[in-house]
Amino acid sequence: MIDVTLVDAGRLAVQQEMRRDPRVWVLGEDVARGGLWGQYRGFLEEFGAERIVSTPISESTIMGAGLGAALVGTRPIIEMRIFDFVMCAMDELVNQIAKIRYMFGGQARPAVVVRMPHGMWRNSAAQHSQMLESWFVHLPGVIVVAPSCAADEAGLMVSAIRSDDPVLFFDPKDLWLAADRMPAGEIQPIPFGKARRLHEGGDLTIVTWSAIVPKVMEAVTLLAAQGVHADVLDLRTLWPWDEAAVLASVKKTKRLLVVHEAVEVGGFGGEIVARVIDQLGTAHVKVARRLGAPRLPIPFSPPLENQIRVTTEKIVAAAMKAARE
Amino acid sequence: MKKIFSTNFCLAFKKQMAKNRAKAGDLWIIMAKPRASENTPPRELLEKLFRTAYAIRVFETEGIKLYRQGLIRGYFHPYLGQEGIATGVCAALRKGDFIASTHRGHGHCIAWGADIKRMVAELLQKETGYCRGYGGSMHIADITTGNLGANGIVGAGTPLGVGAALAAQVRGSDAVTVTFTTDGATNNGTFLESLNLAAIWNLNFILVIENNQYAVSTPIGESTRETDLFKRGAAIGVESHLVDGNDPLAVYNLTEESARKCRAGQGPILIEARTFRHMGHHVNDPGKYMPEDKLAYYKQRDPVDRARNNFVDLGHASAADVSTIERSVEKEFADAVEFSKGSREVSVDEFRAFAAVY
Ligand SMILES: Cc1ncc(C[n+]2csc(CCOP(=O)(O)OP(=O)(O)O)c2C)c(N)n1
Ligand SMILES: [Mg+2]
Repeated sequence: MIDVTLVDAGRLAVQQEMRRDPRVWVLGEDVARGGLWGQYRGFLEEFGAERIVSTPISESTIMGAGLGAALVGTRPIIEMRIFDFVMCAMDELVNQIAKIRYMFGGQARPAVVVRMPHGMWRNSAAQHSQMLESWFVHLPGVIVVAPSCAADEAGLMVSAIRSDDPVLFFDPKDLWLAADRMPAGEIQPIPFGKARRLHEGGDLTIVTWSAIVPKVMEAVTLLAAQGVHADVLDLRTLWPWDEAAVLASVKKTKRLLVVHEAVEVGGFGGEIVARVIDQLGTAHVKVARRLGAPRLPIPFSPPLENQIRVTTEKIVAAAMKAARE
Repeated sequence: MKKIFSTNFCLAFKKQMAKNRAKAGDLWIIMAKPRASENTPPRELLEKLFRTAYAIRVFETEGIKLYRQGLIRGYFHPYLGQEGIATGVCAALRKGDFIASTHRGHGHCIAWGADIKRMVAELLQKETGYCRGYGGSMHIADITTGNLGANGIVGAGTPLGVGAALAAQVRGSDAVTVTFTTDGATNNGTFLESLNLAAIWNLNFILVIENNQYAVSTPIGESTRETDLFKRGAAIGVESHLVDGNDPLAVYNLTEESARKCRAGQGPILIEARTFRHMGHHVNDPGKYMPEDKLAYYKQRDPVDRARNNFVDLGHASAADVSTIERSVEKEFADAVEFSKGSREVSVDEFRAFAAVY
């Protein structure tokens, strides 16, 4: 095992794949200078300006050019710097990238990775804190990835780069600089659609992903001390998602709580709840519930931001209720 | 390993980059020539320009101290070094006009006449702040006075400004709208789209590019081949000017003339105000990539010093006059901190009630 942050893990994965496949390259603002978090540090020296391409602040063209470059056989990683800026590139992402393969009758498969560090981080306020991953699960034509630890950041990044279809990669900003460990040596791809079991228990199933995962795990420890044992699944990828693992777990526990940092209303948790009830039937599911943020823009003020945050305490309370009801 | 990009292309690209960089450097030297002003400006104006520029300087310098003490959180993009632009532009506008700002917006707010108390309170997340602590540094707005707000999205203020100008036209008002934008934002589609719409509709719209020659760590020569940003206006039929952004009086004169032209139906107008930051992109960026000689050059032409010197030389102000203004500006900031510290934060109940609105 090696000590890394998630930033390191992502960097090692991209570096490994760029060494392996000369078609892989990166474009985005300030990437040649190492990227905002150092996720591309050393790339200019190793790969040269032709494979780590800094751009002006032109998100729509960064996205569209990434697609164009993919259509002619290269494999770009499109860096959006902070998730919220992808709003400036929506046509290129939604009407173009997501549509190409199907709309052109399978002639082309745009092999792009769109990297979008998302979520609350150091009181960044309404335009720099959003988590809207559920929008993109709703969008046919893309793969949606949202890791929560270094090993997954690396392994899923390798899969994303090797994928022939577009992958939207949500780096969890709040965990990015946290210390973590991952296996040494060559990074193996982690398949999409396979959840990771973080804890075994029979009292309820908690399904979660991305930046909230460490808080869920804190809650799980507190719950265990109170005699409630949760079965915890980190989905890791939201499309495809590991429906089989979730169904198997809920079959056992009969109680489901989905926890995400994103707004609860219209969040992906709702889809999971609906599928579980649909597949297992109401007779076999005692509780199926979501815990997310209130439907509000993120306030700047730290105490107000804390109000809307999904906290360990809120998770413990929701899980207790779900387990005991 | 097989290369997929032609080496020739890469070499040509790098050569062009180097050329652009050299060019950006040359321009900064050309700009050094002082502009002669014909008429002696009124003392009141000179006093106002100095007071405003100094108020921005104090706000940013003291604000950074509060940030370092951990009292201010989140993003904070100082306007240090660029004070001449907001100061000159806003002094040339009048009540009923509108401004839209950027992520580096404190200076625009202050020059627009904002209440320093409510600005500091916003940074300190107090209920008395302009946005009641919901917005913070990057989102201070004062809609009632026509300040359409700072903006966390580069380039987003430009269409907003066009909209305000169009609304003024629809209502038959002669209000002028100024959008402050940045060199970085000129490479975003909103720049061209907005300026073009303003042009076909003859709007009372002044687009001021604050060209500080960097977008975070990217020097302008790497993000555009033509670093004279004002030249972009001509291509779509918009009257365009270059001005020394570190000279508040020159900025004032140009804006005053531009606003007059707009009100006479000759808008829109594009102004490139060239300047330089005194530090990195935000409070936590040491800005090591900024060339020292260039920084020294711009610091020598400090806009606050220029405003002070103008007040003294052209306005015949005494050292005592200067110090009276400086002490009063400093006191205003200190009072604002006291006021903010005495203010409460938005309560959780109130937050919930507000949250229930939609
Ligand atoms: C659409 C968008 N893309 C990227 C960013 C991130 N960002 C914030 S400020 C900045 C650079 C801005 O440079 P410039 O526009 O020249 O303004 P300056 O900071 O120099 O005042 C960038 C890239 C953003 N806020 N919005
Ligand atoms: Mg700039």
